[in-house]
Amino acid sequence: MFHVKHFTNGAEKCSIGQSMYNYGKQYEVIVVGAGHAGCEAALAAARMGCRTLLLNLSLDAVAQMSCNPAIGGLAKGHLVKEIDALGGAMAQCIDATGIQFRILNTKKGPAVRASRAQADRHLYQSWMKRYVENQPLIDLKQGAVVGLLMKDNLLAGVRTREGLEFLARAVVLTTGTFMRGLIHVGLQNYPGGRAGEPPSEGLSEHLKSLGFRVGRLKTGTPPRIDGNTVDFSKVEPQPGDSPPKPFSFETERITGPQVSCYITGTNPRTHEIIRSGLDRSPLYSGVIEGVGPRYCPSIEDKVVRFPEKEYHQVFLEPEGLDTSEMYPNGLPTSLPPDIQLAFLRTIPGLENVEITRPGYAIEYDFVDPIQLKPSLETKLIEGLFHAGQINGTSGYEEAAAQGLIAGINAAQGVKGRDPVVIGRDQGYVGVLIDDLVNLGTKEPYRMFTSRAEYRLLLREDNADQRLTPLGHVLGLISEQRWQRYQEKMNHYEQGRTLLNDLRIGPGDKELLTTLELPELKNGLNLEQLLRRPEITMNKLSELIPPLSGIPLEVQDLLEIGIKYEGYIKRQVDQVERFKKTEEVEIPASFDYHSVCSLSAEVREKLQRIRPLNLGQASRIPGVTPAAISILAVELRRGAND
Amino acid sequence: MIIDNQDTIVAIATAPGEGGIGIVRLSGAGAEKLLDQFFCAAAIKAPLASHRLYYGHFRDALGELVDEVMAVIMRSPQSYTREDVVEVHCHGGSVVLRRIVDLFVDAGARLARPGEFTLRAFLNGRIDLARAEAVIDVIRSRSDAACRVAMGQMEGRLSRQIYEFRDNISDLLAEVEAGIDFPEEELPLADRQRLISTSSTIEAQMGTLLQSFESGRILRDGLSILIFGKPNVGKSSLMNTLLGEARTIVSDIPGTTRDTVEESLLLKGMPLRLIDTAGVRHTDDPLEVQGVQRAQAKVAGVDLVLLVVDGSQHPDEDDIKALQACDPERTLLVLNKQDLGSCSLPEEFADLPSVSICARYAEGIDLLLDRVVNFFSRHSGGEGRETTLLSDRRHREALLLARSSLERFRFTVIDEQPSEFGALELREALQALGEITGETAPEDILEKIFTRFCIGK
Repeated sequence: MFHVKHFTNGAEKCSIGQSMYNYGKQYEVIVVGAGHAGCEAALAAARMGCRTLLLNLSLDAVAQMSCNPAIGGLAKGHLVKEIDALGGAMAQCIDATGIQFRILNTKKGPAVRASRAQADRHLYQSWMKRYVENQPLIDLKQGAVVGLLMKDNLLAGVRTREGLEFLARAVVLTTGTFMRGLIHVGLQNYPGGRAGEPPSEGLSEHLKSLGFRVGRLKTGTPPRIDGNTVDFSKVEPQPGDSPPKPFSFETERITGPQVSCYITGTNPRTHEIIRSGLDRSPLYSGVIEGVGPRYCPSIEDKVVRFPEKEYHQVFLEPEGLDTSEMYPNGLPTSLPPDIQLAFLRTIPGLENVEITRPGYAIEYDFVDPIQLKPSLETKLIEGLFHAGQINGTSGYEEAAAQGLIAGINAAQGVKGRDPVVIGRDQGYVGVLIDDLVNLGTKEPYRMFTSRAEYRLLLREDNADQRLTPLGHVLGLISEQRWQRYQEKMNHYEQGRTLLNDLRIGPGDKELLTTLELPELKNGLNLEQLLRRPEITMNKLSELIPPLSGIPLEVQDLLEIGIKYEGYIKRQVDQVERFKKTEEVEIPASFDYHSVCSLSAEVREKLQRIRPLNLGQASRIPGVTPAAISILAVELRRGAND
Repeated sequence: MIIDNQDTIVAIATAPGEGGIGIVRLSGAGAEKLLDQFFCAAAIKAPLASHRLYYGHFRDALGELVDEVMAVIMRSPQSYTREDVVEVHCHGGSVVLRRIVDLFVDAGARLARPGEFTLRAFLNGRIDLARAEAVIDVIRSRSDAACRVAMGQMEGRLSRQIYEFRDNISDLLAEVEAGIDFPEEELPLADRQRLISTSSTIEAQMGTLLQSFESGRILRDGLSILIFGKPNVGKSSLMNTLLGEARTIVSDIPGTTRDTVEESLLLKGMPLRLIDTAGVRHTDDPLEVQGVQRAQAKVAGVDLVLLVVDGSQHPDEDDIKALQACDPERTLLVLNKQDLGSCSLPEEFADLPSVSICARYAEGIDLLLDRVVNFFSRHSGGEGRETTLLSDRRHREALLLARSSLERFRFTVIDEQPSEFGALELREALQALGEITGETAPEDILEKIFTRFCIGK
């Protein structure tokens, strides 16, 4: 067995000279960290019938939104819908606690429409905490995990700082930004996992001693401001959609009170002040080693890299209904507090602003996700799963999606079942995890729709069609919900039949006039009619009584399916081809070193990643088409030996 | 990369050179249909019988005669690949062969990847497992050959242009994707007019390049032969003799050819690219050092190395240095100056296939040419030859596909279709060029977006 020596070393080192107390209760799954990844992981495992322990450093910080108080956005909204389709909680939570909902990109195509909502940070947390508490199979406890328990070289549970041992055969680590977290404000820095909270010490060292490669990343957050000190007459309101559209396929409508966000922006004076503080910036003075995300640069980074820009947009987002604190989106910074205040006060509307909490940058340890299987289980230790920022990702939605899959697969493992892997053609969740385990991460990974090659098929509107049947098989979907889903699909089938069967003839003069159509020579069925750009499902259902019984969301599905049939068909064909190589499995025991026809470089890469199938192998950078052909031959030979 | 067994693939199956006949082979479900589009059997109207050779005319889409040919259909599973296989036997000569391959590609066939016929035969169970090793050898040697050709063309005008197209299209895609993924950023994105004009410009440039394929100007790229060796063994004399004219400077002072010199010629119907190099030796002259380095770098990118030594003298250190830079699999030893006598060779030289010549008096040149032709027939014969003959067709195929994707992109913009469909077309254009340039990953597009635009709400 690989790395046996390290296991015993690690376990021994930690148990020497410490008296341990065994908690006694045997769990099936332990989840370390109750953030967005941890909550979904625990909920999924429990829903699948596993006795689950969820541990967090502080029980007052469950499902905390460390950065901006919002859920969704491009590709992220898609992830939330997928989490929902698999029975996760995030969509329902934001529906219950959201205070502004918007659909982005309504004109750029059906697949890139995305939902986004502002959350009441406090309500969001309490809702999720309560939801977790209400799940009978979850024990939610406070505790700082410092190491894994290994017995006879097998994972046996976790050990906390307080000397408690909790036992389980499966452990999901979701440590967020807490492992060796270091907070920077100007040239001052101090250990912390989030402003006001201590970091997790010892765990990443322990993982290193077990043989994991650990790296360092950086991210940042803007200062929070007091809304009572904002002059709202000088900023432009940005209201939400009316009526607000929910995330969850379960939510009928949003009932909570809705508020507005506001738009303002920087100016040359702001930038001048920012430049004057660069000598005290940890980013530019070389204090920060971790790699930050290019898509979410600090304001000082934006000013330095794009000196010609005289204006950067700033969104003022309320943190909640019962607080005046606001989140100035677009201004993450680790400049010293005096500079932060000075530049904020040059921004229209913020002339007299007060900072409630300074912005900061945070460096933290992550474990290179190339060390994971596509199930999110580590290759080194059976039963150990990693999800969320520990894998080098950023974002609540990315974390929650991984947490869900890790929780599902922890439960699958406990039950002795095969792991669940979502394909790149099935969901953004699949794209996300496939990218992580094949490419690794060099900067915090965020989901973008352009990462999905089958984007047109991965729409928000069909997330349930793509994933709910799988969720049902896994036991993640309630019977009630399953029935509702089937009803929806029945409506869909009926709708398709109706559109195909109902015809308009040259004699239907009245209908033709109402639809503003020229005279017809031959009859058309409704499907053909709907292909015309000016005809919408909405129009048809108003005029043709049998269609009016079809629910609106199903009408959308029908319209998209018919209007964009040509493009959709092209993508479906691509997926068919893609699946061919995905179906050629590579046995776990396959010895790449014995395939001398492959170059040493290719062999080394394949040996390190150990792809599950030929398709995955082909996505590893540097693996050539010829290498794939040769592998195809070797696999065929192996199968018949 | 996706192995696709549904496509119908096409390649030239005969060895290069001005043979009596040339064979173009198709494999896949669409093979018969493709044949029907161009082939008209004489004196028979009914569907062609399997495994029977028919005489007839091969005509292009406009009905113009391309060649008198014999054609055969071998229906699945009684064929080399166990798929429907079609062979067209035409008059030998690269021009006709290319024309026929082009017509099939234009009608929807895909150029076979290196070793793909053999791979299909194996995957379909036609070749038994015992011969898996041989299958791998075919794939590997053909891919290596393709790779060499690609390397040889890397510096060429053609490749530069294709890379430029790739960059320009990914710039376009970055504009479109930035608009999709960052709708709230107020980015200074290209407007519809600019997208349309940029696209038409690229399409027009591609059109010009494609025309030069048709007129055959690109034919100049042939199999590459490098003349290699230490100084003053007669490399340039050999080159001149081969070309039949004094093209490079010849002198008795060692080290005259400081750089590489290239010439094209047609040898028994085979297009060849002859490259003369600076002599390899230990030297301190910086200018010459550069030339030597360039020569050594060239060795990796050519199809055949003619290692020239002075056959009248014992090989010295510089000869051995030259030998070490060569791949024995692709090297032909040329013992020059045979008029001055001959010496016995040390073991490492004696193992190489060799020819004795006298470049100055053009003696032994015929034998050398035979050897060269034999070498290429042996190493690149059989199906799916991956030499320049196909390599430039590969460029053409990629360009054709990319251009039609671009055209469709332009129409999505003109028709004000949602931008995600335009993005889909651009991605397909990049995918087509990717056969030459390597894949353009989503990460490359994101990199462009982050470099160009200030992202970060």
